[in-house]
Amino acid sequence: MPHQDQDTSLRHRLGRTLRTPIGVTALTACLLVVLVAVFGPVLLGDQAARIDTDAINRGSSAAHLLGTDQLGRDIAARVVVATRLTLRLTLLAAVIGVGGGLLLGVAPAVVGRRLGRLITATVGVLVAFPGLLFLLFLATIFGVGSTGAVFAVGLAMVPPMARLVQNLTASIAGSDYVAAARILGVGRFKLVVRHLLPNIAEPSVLFATQAAGGILVAFSGLSFLGLGVQPPEYDWGRLLNEQLNRIYVNPVAALAPGAAVVLTGLMFGLVGEVLAQAGGRRAPQAREATPQQVKPQDETAPDGDGGALVRARDLRVTFPGGRRAVRGISLSIGVGEAVGLVGESGSGKSLTALALADLVPHPGRVCAGTLRFDGHDLRADPRLGTELAMVFQDPMASLNPALRVGRQLAEVAEVHLGATRAQATARAVDRLGAVRIPLPERRARQRPHEYSGGMRQRAVIAMGLMGEPKLIVADEPTTALDVAVQQQVLDLLAEVRADSGAALLLISHDLAVVAQVCERVLVMYGGLIVEDLPVAQLVGGAAHPYTRALVGAVPTMATDPGTELATIPGRPPEPGEAGAGCPFAPRCERARKRCHDDAPELAGFGPGQRVACWYPVDAETAVAPAQAASHGAEATS
Amino acid sequence: MSSLELRGITVRYGRFTAVDNVDLLVPEGTVTGLVGGSGSGKSTLGKAVVGLAPMQSGRVLVAGSDAGRRRGRSPVQLVFQNPYASLDPRMTIGASVAEALPREAASCETPARKAPARERRSACDAEVARYLELVGIDPARAVLAPDALSGGQRQRVALARALAARPAVLIADEITSALDVSVQGAVLNLLRRLQRELGFAMLFISHNLAVVRYLSDQVAVMDDGHLVECGPTERVLERPEHPTTRNLISCVPTLALAEEAS
Amino acid sequence: MATLTLNSPGTTARSPWAGFALRRTWRLVVSLAALVTAAFAMIHLIPGDPVRTALGTTADPALIAARRHSLGLDQPLLKQYGDFVGHLLHGRLGDSIGAQMPVSEIISSRLPATLQIAVPAFVLILLLAIPVGMTAAVLTKDGRRRRGELAFTGVTGFLGAVPEFLLAVGLIAAFAVAWPVFPVASRGGMDSYVLPVLALTVVPAATLSRIVRVETLRVLGEDYMRTARAKRLPARLRYLRHALPNLLTSSLTLGGLLFSSLLAGTVLVENVFAWPGLGTTIVQAITEKDYPLVQGVVLVYGAAALLITFAVDVAVAVADPQSTVRGS
Repeated sequence: MPHQDQDTSLRHRLGRTLRTPIGVTALTACLLVVLVAVFGPVLLGDQAARIDTDAINRGSSAAHLLGTDQLGRDIAARVVVATRLTLRLTLLAAVIGVGGGLLLGVAPAVVGRRLGRLITATVGVLVAFPGLLFLLFLATIFGVGSTGAVFAVGLAMVPPMARLVQNLTASIAGSDYVAAARILGVGRFKLVVRHLLPNIAEPSVLFATQAAGGILVAFSGLSFLGLGVQPPEYDWGRLLNEQLNRIYVNPVAALAPGAAVVLTGLMFGLVGEVLAQAGGRRAPQAREATPQQVKPQDETAPDGDGGALVRARDLRVTFPGGRRAVRGISLSIGVGEAVGLVGESGSGKSLTALALADLVPHPGRVCAGTLRFDGHDLRADPRLGTELAMVFQDPMASLNPALRVGRQLAEVAEVHLGATRAQATARAVDRLGAVRIPLPERRARQRPHEYSGGMRQRAVIAMGLMGEPKLIVADEPTTALDVAVQQQVLDLLAEVRADSGAALLLISHDLAVVAQVCERVLVMYGGLIVEDLPVAQLVGGAAHPYTRALVGAVPTMATDPGTELATIPGRPPEPGEAGAGCPFAPRCERARKRCHDDAPELAGFGPGQRVACWYPVDAETAVAPAQAASHGAEATS
Repeated sequence: MSSLELRGITVRYGRFTAVDNVDLLVPEGTVTGLVGGSGSGKSTLGKAVVGLAPMQSGRVLVAGSDAGRRRGRSPVQLVFQNPYASLDPRMTIGASVAEALPREAASCETPARKAPARERRSACDAEVARYLELVGIDPARAVLAPDALSGGQRQRVALARALAARPAVLIADEITSALDVSVQGAVLNLLRRLQRELGFAMLFISHNLAVVRYLSDQVAVMDDGHLVECGPTERVLERPEHPTTRNLISCVPTLALAEEAS
Repeated sequence: MATLTLNSPGTTARSPWAGFALRRTWRLVVSLAALVTAAFAMIHLIPGDPVRTALGTTADPALIAARRHSLGLDQPLLKQYGDFVGHLLHGRLGDSIGAQMPVSEIISSRLPATLQIAVPAFVLILLLAIPVGMTAAVLTKDGRRRRGELAFTGVTGFLGAVPEFLLAVGLIAAFAVAWPVFPVASRGGMDSYVLPVLALTVVPAATLSRIVRVETLRVLGEDYMRTARAKRLPARLRYLRHALPNLLTSSLTLGGLLFSSLLAGTVLVENVFAWPGLGTTIVQAITEKDYPLVQGVVLVYGAAALLITFAVDVAVAVADPQSTVRGS
């Protein structure tokens, strides 16, 4: 259980975050502000109120650090004493704002549909107005003074808070687990208490903290305008109001209350940041171990490519923290060959493909003993551009939504082939036609959202055909597509390969998809290639217990409904979890001691077949594949 | 145990008709597979049956009596596609399952009037443990949050929750499509075993014909909101009558090539 | 092809467009109506008699009655509302209690001063925030330059947390008192514009550049940027042609509220600089309880805010039709 030891309770995460530098700062700042608010008026109250007609409007001096005001009162003492009132009013307004916001935000989920819609619409109209305008409006109604200002500032906070809570509530009310609770007949009120509130609590508290900072500023602004706290009471805003016209004479007196507002505002921000980190919204910057430098086996004399288009030896992809996603694999793809790469999520198959195309996302590092493409070292000379085409999993996301499809194709020819804009556009239209997109001229002028999913995937393939690709890497190209469309895209890939003579590396979790298009299959598990076999050997001829189990685990149109499906106990290893032995050993019923201690190398098994297993399944002696696994085995792993 | 009968179900979203006048009978104690492409309306139909999609017209009959618009616990339970979204992240898995237990059996939520609270609590815990065990989850893990479980295990818990509500009918909506290949088989085996042991009627929704073929007694095919074909699994898959069915069958990628060669 | 869109390409986008225009205009109309009603209701929501409050308790009863009459407060509520809306449509906002002048005249004499600092600030915010945010994102993407990222978020976070009016005070203390290059307050030559515009610009620019950075990082992580990398496009093309249009639309959407609050921010900044704009007018009017004037200024500010958000939404819709279709 990788997650079990991971502490998920908020209290623990909060404790951990409070020990980070930002947590310590926030805690100290909070403590300081509270102490000043509690003891400030007690200790300095007299000094702040003492009128000294002999020392009116003095500048900064030893006796009066920030000088004195027009009645000779000590400004420094007044700034300290004002802390309590400022905080009290801020918190009062925050209570009104947060309470009202929560109430209005949750209400649509509790009251009837029509009333709920009315509330949502009202809040929608209210948030369109800037907060300060709302504030002035309310201040006019409530009149000048602290009570009115508390209500004005608090109520002005309600619409944005309500909007946030509404959005959170709506997203949770639409979730599957709330739907499940509804089917179970859980009442409306219980639904709110049990499912909605606990799930919106964290972001709401976070927002409220940040809002408190905003309220402090708003309140100070109101007092500064003379609409908030009235003399003889004073908060920081009022002090600023009184001192601003003396800024020429004594600038520190005006800056001090301002600084107090800014610093306290920052404190609220810090507290929010700490809560956000503790809530897991922002990961505390974990001190990551520097990536282990795995020295690849040095290749002193680069061997000939031997007719292979792609040759990789000891290819590794590592991530900071020692996570090794691809753990030293060797593969080759012949000219015009179609190779399938199969594995479960986390097996490293996609990263292998990205490594070949030099597209591994940033913290990941690729290293390899050999990495050659068409006779060139890929690392020294990444001259891919037009010779390698990539097709990604999600056609909805892999085209730029802001640009016309034709433009996205044409730029390949402009950048890499030196074509003029007109030539490039003509070629783009031609290529769109080649992947059987009807009306290619018109379609080229459209943006991706006007295309269906299957057509987008065709357009991506057409993009790869702008040059003359020698290799097409397709990473789960049909997973996001409908069954019927999947077939068309697979047919298209096969056709393109036949026409252009390009090699194909097809990555998929679905054995059947790979079997349809490819000649050879590489099976990956735990960052290693465990078997390399001709497609024809997949059924019946697989030598690795994992391959055999994979073939048996998914029902096909030929599976006997009377038999149980093969199951593999346990779950695939997380990247970086693998130990010294064979990565499949913990789940393998054939595993013996040697399997747990030593990792087997990929070695020849039969004609065109290689397997990384100490005890491969012999085709003749094989009984039914991994049948014995028990039902509950997966759960008890 | 009882049958599920759908009569003239129509679901509209604005002007868009997602499900159009569908009649379907899932006989007692059997499994009906519902297949179709994306956007065919198969998932919407499943949601409409449990009241999660706005039903314009039509009736849902469970064991011959109207069940569609009744308030409270539905006699039809649904297992969702995505096990990462269908469990409340703030609840332990035990609490999630307990929430489903019928009130009269052992209720954790309302304190008992007659029986002492502790007794009822332990009765409830025992029930939760029973259902967790049924789906192959160690009852000792009832105190864990869903975070601590893998996808396959979560799907088992979701299944336990649905079963704990003692449903007359179970709807499984693409329950294996979010799972890893090596875990799918185990969940399918479990579902098949439980269905046979407990004998509930089941509507199994999937885009994967092979999986449907493996589990179902009867197959229904949807296209564009309409039910276009329905019949015994063997007949539909071997002698499909509707072009949609034929197209779906022809599009199933198979290991056939590999099989022929071997 | 099974999922091919059968309608001809031209018509597919048409209907969502009309739907969007209708929805958005309807929302504007409703919001404007709400604004007008709120402005009308304000005077009635004030506890007690607004005229008596305004003129003081010692005022002559006859004068109060006359003023009530001239404000129309002796009429039935519905008739008052009708008159209010009717006058509004003719551009009449009533007379100020304090200045004994038509409110519309006061507003039209004060509004230009406000716009003269708000518009340059608006332009400056855009010119600063987008390049700065984007550059910061490109330099710190994928967790590169951790320290630079920390510095950027620290500085912009701090600047974003400083309220405009305090920044204005700070600017005065620094550039008018300690190092007197610019005048302290009031409108005069070109140099008197520098500090107010700066005070209005810095805070929203810092906030917006943070938004732009986050949006840029999001866009850089999108699949289509990976496609662009797979095409081996030079960095210039990838950032300017592929990333910029996508992050502009989303940043503008998020920044839309920022722009409307900029207008409100002028209120405080004007008061710091004693700027003869609408902001000083409304504060004065509130303290003097000159309700018709407050009403008028609230209407102007509110309508301006609504129109700005409307304009931003329309601009985003034109630039990125997909989001319009998506966000029903």
